[in-house]
Amino acid sequence: MPNATTSPLATYISHLEKGELAYQFSPEANRAVFFPRVLCPFTGSDKLEWRISTGRGTVYATTVVYPAEGAPFNVALVDCDEGFRLMSRVEEIAPEQVTIGMRVKFRVYRPGGEEAPIPVFIPEAA
Amino acid sequence: MDGLKRGSTAIVGAAESDLGQVADEMSPMDLCAQGISGALADCGLAMKDVDGLFCAMTQQRMSIISLIEYLGIQPKFIGSSMTGGSSFEFHVAQAAAAIEAGLCSVAVIAYGSTQRSVGRKQASQREVNPYETPFKPFLPTSAYALAASRHMHQYGTTRENLAEVAVAARKWAQLNPVAWEKKPLTVADVLKARMISHPFTVRDCCLVTDGGGAIVMTSAARAKSLKKPPAYVLGCGHGVTHMNISSMPDLTITGAKQSGEVAYKMAKLSAKDCDMVQLYDAFTINTILFLEDLGFCKKGEGGAFVSNGNIAPGGGLPVNTNGGGLSYCHPGMYGLFILIEGVRQLRGECGERQVRKHDVAMVHGNGGVLSAQASVILGGGATV
Repeated sequence: MPNATTSPLATYISHLEKGELAYQFSPEANRAVFFPRVLCPFTGSDKLEWRISTGRGTVYATTVVYPAEGAPFNVALVDCDEGFRLMSRVEEIAPEQVTIGMRVKFRVYRPGGEEAPIPVFIPEAA
Repeated sequence: MDGLKRGSTAIVGAAESDLGQVADEMSPMDLCAQGISGALADCGLAMKDVDGLFCAMTQQRMSIISLIEYLGIQPKFIGSSMTGGSSFEFHVAQAAAAIEAGLCSVAVIAYGSTQRSVGRKQASQREVNPYETPFKPFLPTSAYALAASRHMHQYGTTRENLAEVAVAARKWAQLNPVAWEKKPLTVADVLKARMISHPFTVRDCCLVTDGGGAIVMTSAARAKSLKKPPAYVLGCGHGVTHMNISSMPDLTITGAKQSGEVAYKMAKLSAKDCDMVQLYDAFTINTILFLEDLGFCKKGEGGAFVSNGNIAPGGGLPVNTNGGGLSYCHPGMYGLFILIEGVRQLRGECGERQVRKHDVAMVHGNGGVLSAQASVILGGGATV
């Protein structure tokens, strides 16, 4: 077998660069897998398909971080409608106004420079 | 597959090193050595008797080798499982297995950290996770804060409930001569302290201290001839659910559920048989989650359970009688100190903070961000 030509993380980031939130789907487990990896954690199978999320989800857990310097900011866990969870943040509202159960939608945040794009969320109503 | 045998091994020696703020240039290994020296003296064994050695540290990449070099011994069996703060509860099960299998006869489990002296950033290397690090969670605090937010949402747990955990810990610490924080603390004090990661203020978070210690284990047969009453290992269990908080299946149910069930089964005991709980309280939510998952109250009722002084001195269930990671000491990885306190309470050595009935102790270690849970049930002579 030749070496793999790309990594799970590189594939994930390449989708983000196109404005897409990608995740893996395990046909044998019939469920979503996140974070992206080489083996399905539910079956041990290496059969994992890449899919694109609709980018809709619900806040599962939320906190406001108070850094020693600078403004407080949100960190949240978001359950996407396809059945996977990821760490992210909800933007465009005050960090303490992010609530569990809130419906949110994905957008790409591009930090620029060497840093890869990341998935963030905004309230679905926005 | 029969597993470990109930009561076949015992913890026979236990000691802390210097705690709090140690002398300049004291190393983690120096603290380990102080602990080992004290724990051997505690049981009347000598360094030449030690043929099993276990440790895990944040400041030494190959800590077990460093410790062998330092002590100048050649143990027949060594182990250095690293599961964060619960490493030492894992080591107890591994040492018990090694002693049962005849791979060693006297096992020492040791720890040392100069986290306070060298600073938190120097003491443990941060790992980069491309799926979490860009969002700048303040780890480990924010991970536990996320779990707390979920528990509050699902079960109506309040910040006051969390604060009760810190207040109870402080009241126990006031009875412990070597505890670091003894200033009076109220629920209001906890709530108005500096916010770190909502819902936690700095008083919901464990201390940052130096410290170390060691315990000595041997077979039940040999334990009987030693200086102090043995603390028999009645049950061991573990449960690992995730590494990173974004991969934890349910933020309100920890691996303590599994670790407790396995340990209770081996011990042929249940929560109601435990006279005390010594658990890893890195953050106030830990105490609530683990008391629920270990069966001391129903899921979701932990907030009410810890309130009104129920886990404080004089309450219904003694929890963290040394003052816990919240008020006694927390040198990076705290799991060894709850074993030491469990042993001392079973022996009746705890002075002002001694619990009245002290036959069975549930000792529960936590590692990572609610990630690696390990329970050890210890019992006195009446239990075997």
